[in-house]
Amino acid sequence: MSSRTITIKQAINEAHHEEFARDDSVIIMGCDVGIRGNPFGVTTGLYDKFGAERVRDTPISEAAIVGACLGAAITGLRPIGEILFSDWITIPMDQIVNQIAKIRYMFGGKTNVPLVIRAPVGAGGGQAAQHSQSFESWFSHVPGLQVVMPITPYDAKGLLKTAIRGNDPVLFFEHKRGYEITGLVPEDDYTIPFGEAVIRREGADVTIVAISIMVHRVLKAAEELSALGIECEVIDPRTIYPFDYDTVLKSIRKTHRLIVSHEATRRSGIGAEIVSQVVERGFEELDEKPMIVAGLNVAMPYNHTLESMVIPDEENIKQTVLQMMDRV
Amino acid sequence: MKTSAISMDESLAKLKIFKNEVMQELQAPEDLSKEQVLEIFRKMALIREFDSRVKTLWKQNFIYGLAHAYLGAEAVGVGACAALKEGDYITSTHRGHGHVISMGGDVNKMMSELMGKADGYCKGKGGSMHIASVDDGMLGATGIVGSGMPIAVGAALTASVKKKDYVTICFHGDGGTNQGVWHESINLAAAWQLPVIFLCENNQWAISMNYERATGNPAVADRAIGYGIPGVTVDGFNPFAVYEAVRDAVKRARAGKGPSLIEARYYRYIGHFVADDERYRDTSTNNPWAEQMDPIKRMREYLIESKTATEKEVKAIEQSAIDLVEASIEHAKNAPEPSEDTLWDGLYSSEFMKTYGGK
Repeated sequence: MSSRTITIKQAINEAHHEEFARDDSVIIMGCDVGIRGNPFGVTTGLYDKFGAERVRDTPISEAAIVGACLGAAITGLRPIGEILFSDWITIPMDQIVNQIAKIRYMFGGKTNVPLVIRAPVGAGGGQAAQHSQSFESWFSHVPGLQVVMPITPYDAKGLLKTAIRGNDPVLFFEHKRGYEITGLVPEDDYTIPFGEAVIRREGADVTIVAISIMVHRVLKAAEELSALGIECEVIDPRTIYPFDYDTVLKSIRKTHRLIVSHEATRRSGIGAEIVSQVVERGFEELDEKPMIVAGLNVAMPYNHTLESMVIPDEENIKQTVLQMMDRV
Repeated sequence: MKTSAISMDESLAKLKIFKNEVMQELQAPEDLSKEQVLEIFRKMALIREFDSRVKTLWKQNFIYGLAHAYLGAEAVGVGACAALKEGDYITSTHRGHGHVISMGGDVNKMMSELMGKADGYCKGKGGSMHIASVDDGMLGATGIVGSGMPIAVGAALTASVKKKDYVTICFHGDGGTNQGVWHESINLAAAWQLPVIFLCENNQWAISMNYERATGNPAVADRAIGYGIPGVTVDGFNPFAVYEAVRDAVKRARAGKGPSLIEARYYRYIGHFVADDERYRDTSTNNPWAEQMDPIKRMREYLIESKTATEKEVKAIEQSAIDLVEASIEHAKNAPEPSEDTLWDGLYSSEFMKTYGGK
C-alpha cells in the first residue's frame, strides 16, 4: 500500500470526501462547513462536490444542529455535525447527553444512532477562556457515547472513517494546534478500530499516557530524557472511550511507573479516571505513585505569558519524570 | 398575595374567551369517511380509558415511575395523526401515551412498558416518559421539555436529503415554546423549508406556570410570522379542527413548501402528572373546562346528533376501549420482568457491545 505525507487537516478532509463518495447517506452540517469549507479548511471542496443538500451551512444554532443530526440519524442518514469550537458544545449539551447518548437505550434498543460530532479542542494562540477548552472527560462520563481524539494524520483519517461507518454516536475532537501536523497516510481505504492504543515510543523506565496534542509534547520530552538515560514509554490511547487499558497495564508491568498527561484542566479530568482504573487493576505493579500532568485549574487567560503557565508543556513532563525517577 | 395562579373566576373568564375566540363547532370535514370519523372517536376513547386507569394503577404501585396523562388532549393527537399516512413520523412530549395510540400503537405493549415489563415497547428501559413505538413512526417521548423539536427537524431533513415524501409532526407543549431550542428548530426548518409540522399542544399550563405569566404574547401561533411560516390557532378540544389544520400543513409540507406552526389550544384540567396536587389553582369545584369542553363528551354528542352513529354504537366503541385497556392491564400484570442480564442491552449497538462490553 503506497503512502504519502499529508497534514491532519488534509487527512480529515480526505476522510470526508471519501465517505461522502462511498455512502450518499453521509451528510454534514454546521456553521461555515459549506461554502467557506470550515475556518480551518477541514471541509474544503465538499460543498462544490456534493452540493448544498448534503453539505449544509447552518445558522448559529448548535442545539438545533446537533438535535437535527440525531433526528436524521434515527431516520436513515449518517450525519456529521460540526461545532466550530468545542467550547460551544455546552449549547447542545442536552441533545448530546440526554438525547443522543440515551435514545437507543431508553427506547429499548430500537434505533441505531450513527452520528459524529466533530469539534476542535485545545489551547494556545491567545484564544482565551471560551475558545481553548477540551471537554473529553465530560463525554467519557456519559454512558452511550464514544470519544475519539486522534493526533496523527493516519489516525485522524482512519478513526473518522470508523466513526462515520459505525452505528453509535461519536464525539470526535481535533486539536487546533494539530491540524498542520504531518505524517504518512496510505492512498488506499482503511479504518482503525476504536479502543486500540498505540505505543509511540518504547521505553523501560516510565509509562506516559498522553492524550491528543500532549503526545507530541511528551515525545519531545522523552527525547530529551533519553539523553539523560531515562527511557519513557509513550502511549497514545487515540480513543478516550472505549479505552485500551490492556496496553497501559502491559506497559506498567515493564516500567512500574505511570504518568498521564492531558491539556484539559486537571481537576476531574480524564487523567484521574485513567489513574484510578490502573491503580484498581494493577496497583501491585506500581513502584511509584502515579502522576498527572495537565492544564491548571483556571480559566484560560489571554496574555501569552499567563496562557503558557496554564498549558502543560515538555518542561512540565520532564520535571515530573525526573521527580519520579528521583533525579531532582 | 396570590395563593394560586388562577382563581375559579379567572378560569371561568378564560373559558368564556376561549369559547368566543377559539372554540370551533364540531363538524366532520367532507374528506373524512364515516369510518374515519368513527376511528377518530375510537382512538380518543381508547386514550381516555387508558390514561384514566393509569393514575389508579400508579397509586396501586403497579406503575412504578412517573406518568403524564393525555387526558383532555385526545382531540389533538388523534385529529393530527388522522392526517398522516404510513411512513410519516411524529415526535412526542413527556405526555406520550396519546401519541402512541394516535399512531395506531398497541396498548398491551404500552401498558407493559408502564409496568416496566420485558415485552413493553422499550423492554422496561423507558417507562411512560420515554414511550416509543418507532415501528409506527412514533419517534419517542422525552422527559426534557422542548427537546423533541430539533429531532423532528432532523427526521424532516432525512426526507429532504433522501427525496422521500414523508412528513414529520413535532408535538410539543406550551412549556416547550419558551425553550431556546424551540426557536432554533423552527428557524432552521424554515430556513431549509423542511417538511415538518410544529404542533403546539397549548394546554396553558407548564406544571404550575400559567402560559399568560410565561410570555408577553400567549398566542403561540403569532410567533410563526417571525420565521416566515404559516401559523394558525385551532380548537384543541375538536379533532376535526385539528385534522383540517394539520391536513393543510401536511399538504404544504409534501409539496415542498416548508414547515407550519399549528397551535392547538386546549386546557389541562387535570394535574400535571399522577402525583400533582394542583395546589397552584383553585380545585374547590369541578373544573369548568372539564365540564364544558371535554372532547370525548363533545364527540359523543356530535356523533349521535349528526347521526354518524347511534347511541348504542357510541357506547359499544367506549365499551371496546374499556375492554382493550382492561385486557392490557391483565396482560401487563402477567408479563415477565426483564431479566437482569438485559441491563446493558441497547446502551450501544450490538456490534459495539460484542467488542467492548459497554462497561
